[in-house]
Amino acid sequence: MSTFVKFIIDGKICLSEEGKQLIEAAKENDIYIPTLCNYPGIPPKGSCRICTVLINNRPATACTTKVTENMDIKTSTPELEDFRKAVIELLFSEGNHFCPSCERSGNCELQALAYRYKIAVSRFPYFFPERSVESWHPKLIKDHNRCILCKRCIRGIKNNDGKTIFAYGRRGQYLEINIDPETSKNISDELAEQAMNICPVGAILVKERGFITPIGKRKYDYNIIGSEIENQ
Amino acid sequence: MGNTINAVIKKYNGDETRLMDILLDIQTELGYISDWTIEQISKALDIPTVEIIQTLSFYHFFHREPKGKYTIYLNDSVVSNFYGKEEVKKVFEEEAGIKFGQVTPDGLIGLFETACIGMSDQEPAALINEQPFPSLTPEKARKIIKMMKEGKSIEDIKGNKYGEGNNSHYLMRSLVNNNIQERGAVIFSDYTPGDAIKKVVKELSSTDIIEEIKKSYLRGRGGAGFPTGLKWEIARKAQGDIKYIFCNADEGEPGTFKDRVILTELPKLVFEGMIIAGYAVGAKYGILYLRNEYRYMREYLEHVLQEMRDDGLLGKFIGGKKGFDFDIRIQCGAGAYVCGEESALIESAEGKRGEPRDRPPFPVESGYLNRPTVVNNVETFCTAVKIILNGAEWYNRMGTKESRGTKVLSVSGDCERPGIYEVEWGFSVNDILRKAGAKTHEVLAVQVGGPSGSCISEKEFNRILAYEDLATGGSLIIIGKKRNLIKDVVLNFQKFFMEESCGSCVPCRVLTVIYKNIIEKIVRGEGRSSDIENLQKWAVFMKNNRCGLGQTATNPTITAIKNFKFIFEESVKNNSENFYSFNENEAVKEYVEIFNKK
Repeated sequence: MSTFVKFIIDGKICLSEEGKQLIEAAKENDIYIPTLCNYPGIPPKGSCRICTVLINNRPATACTTKVTENMDIKTSTPELEDFRKAVIELLFSEGNHFCPSCERSGNCELQALAYRYKIAVSRFPYFFPERSVESWHPKLIKDHNRCILCKRCIRGIKNNDGKTIFAYGRRGQYLEINIDPETSKNISDELAEQAMNICPVGAILVKERGFITPIGKRKYDYNIIGSEIENQ
Repeated sequence: MGNTINAVIKKYNGDETRLMDILLDIQTELGYISDWTIEQISKALDIPTVEIIQTLSFYHFFHREPKGKYTIYLNDSVVSNFYGKEEVKKVFEEEAGIKFGQVTPDGLIGLFETACIGMSDQEPAALINEQPFPSLTPEKARKIIKMMKEGKSIEDIKGNKYGEGNNSHYLMRSLVNNNIQERGAVIFSDYTPGDAIKKVVKELSSTDIIEEIKKSYLRGRGGAGFPTGLKWEIARKAQGDIKYIFCNADEGEPGTFKDRVILTELPKLVFEGMIIAGYAVGAKYGILYLRNEYRYMREYLEHVLQEMRDDGLLGKFIGGKKGFDFDIRIQCGAGAYVCGEESALIESAEGKRGEPRDRPPFPVESGYLNRPTVVNNVETFCTAVKIILNGAEWYNRMGTKESRGTKVLSVSGDCERPGIYEVEWGFSVNDILRKAGAKTHEVLAVQVGGPSGSCISEKEFNRILAYEDLATGGSLIIIGKKRNLIKDVVLNFQKFFMEESCGSCVPCRVLTVIYKNIIEKIVRGEGRSSDIENLQKWAVFMKNNRCGLGQTATNPTITAIKNFKFIFEESVKNNSENFYSFNENEAVKEYVEIFNKK
């Protein structure tokens, strides 16, 4: 039997199992904490920082924090909201994100967050970096222009032997995600599809397939990201 | 080649957590790590190539292409630039006939730049095939390249003017000087190796040691100042039968070089501190994480460890006591400042890229190989030994209320006597300037605690070095009035952080680039006052990065703007916010010329 704990988010009393990821525990209490790198069921790695909240007035990422009794959490202060907005803008400045020509448009979490935060243009200078589109893999396309380096594919996608398929290369501004030619060689169609779907943006695509759901019927075409949690 | 690779892998029992050592040894043998080599390692260790590349491509001393029979890494630190790095660089380029970042077509010489190599008191300095060449001049650079072309060995090129003290030891033979300007009562006081271990064996339990360290109020000397006794106590109480003691000798903060000198002159004091920590915590294994820039000391340090084993101070039955077992291995880094952060250091020692971990859990609960791990700075271990020998009461008589004892400072820059000063906490910046022979009226600024610390002006020179006032990991770079603060200092530091960010957290990865670009724009004379405002405003986003590097990576800019606003304002004053500089006639001039020709 798991123990339930009481904690407070923005003054609201919440209940959840002890030790649960804060971001998931908040969801159970109809509170949406935005994220790009967290994905239910895979180990968290606070890398996007968007889910930063204040816990007893100290910043911490909600994806890597476990809830404990009487935790006092603030998630919607003006400073935190502006920080989140800034992170999204930084991602738009850093990569090449051209929504109108992107296959993922409408199902893209980065795009959806930009709408949620009403971002028309980034306050930061755009890098317009030169990045490649890798298409050597028999089943996958890796578009480095769109990759936000959230590590979801690295953490969540392993082959049948449990071996790594995706891994980081280099560091800092040159950080990239690479595909292993050997371990990814015989991946199933299902795994390829899973890799495409785990990606929050359109950086991993399945060749000759793309997305079945037409534009107009996609998840965030009419609904704001997070509203499915907030409007429960 | 295949044999070399297999032999190296066998040496480490095919253990993938020793990937750093495997790569370092193979690179030493083969010169670089080719794609073919990566495949062989992948097969032998049964890990994907992409994972090997993940580690390998993170560290800037690993090369995937030939890097030259002679590889020169010229220090690009602020102080190196103060003392003529550019002239030396020019000579290297001219004589070798290539640019930095290139290798000569015959594969003889490779020229590279690197961040601070811990020689700020004897700049400009370079590492050549891992051997330090301090105090370079254009003449010396010319001679070095000439000797390389003649095929001379590194030993020949070095010559025999070795530095003082153990720098001349036959296993080190280094040109480096210690420049110990002031010996204090703690680190550099008289010391007989093994005395503290004898005392521990005879009369102290593990809890006695922890109590004594707690009573001394010793705080970690790496910069963060966490109470050492408390850290040891948590680790002692942590669950698990295997625990580890790490000594953090990844001294990467530009301008800091005290650990280099301590390791050169007092290695046994450092190791004895680790052994005592092991006894207190209940750990049997210690790892000294040595930055790659100090790899030239490795053989000598291994020799010291063997001496200690031979003297019964290391290994089994330490001090003749049953059950007191502890041994130490040396782990070298491969060039990454962020590995000075304790959890990144642990990741690196496990053979991975040096990306800081999310906390909690803290290393004292779950660190190296997920076991309770104590990570302390070189100076912290040394201090602990002296506290055990002389007692907390003795230690508490020195320093200030919040900062007991002494601090070893690395002083460099525009002064007459750069080097190491061990002083009691509580000295003012002015006191240090006087000791170092800096003329106060010629000093523009002092960078306290390296780029992640702060750049202070004359107004604050009376502040005291202590946790309650100006806390510091121990470096002071003195910046003279003849320097261009923004170009020579701030830009260099922002470039440093941009290059050293691991890239995991978005604000750190992206904003370090933006800060460097804006500072560069101001240096070019194209900055606007809104740029200065933005630099001040956006720094707040860095506070939410995961590690200390990310959280402080804009400090060079914001502390410089705070204390030297007039310099920034002066450099943007001619540029209006509006685009009035856009001149329509000027912009279409070429078009009009062509049009009018017809």
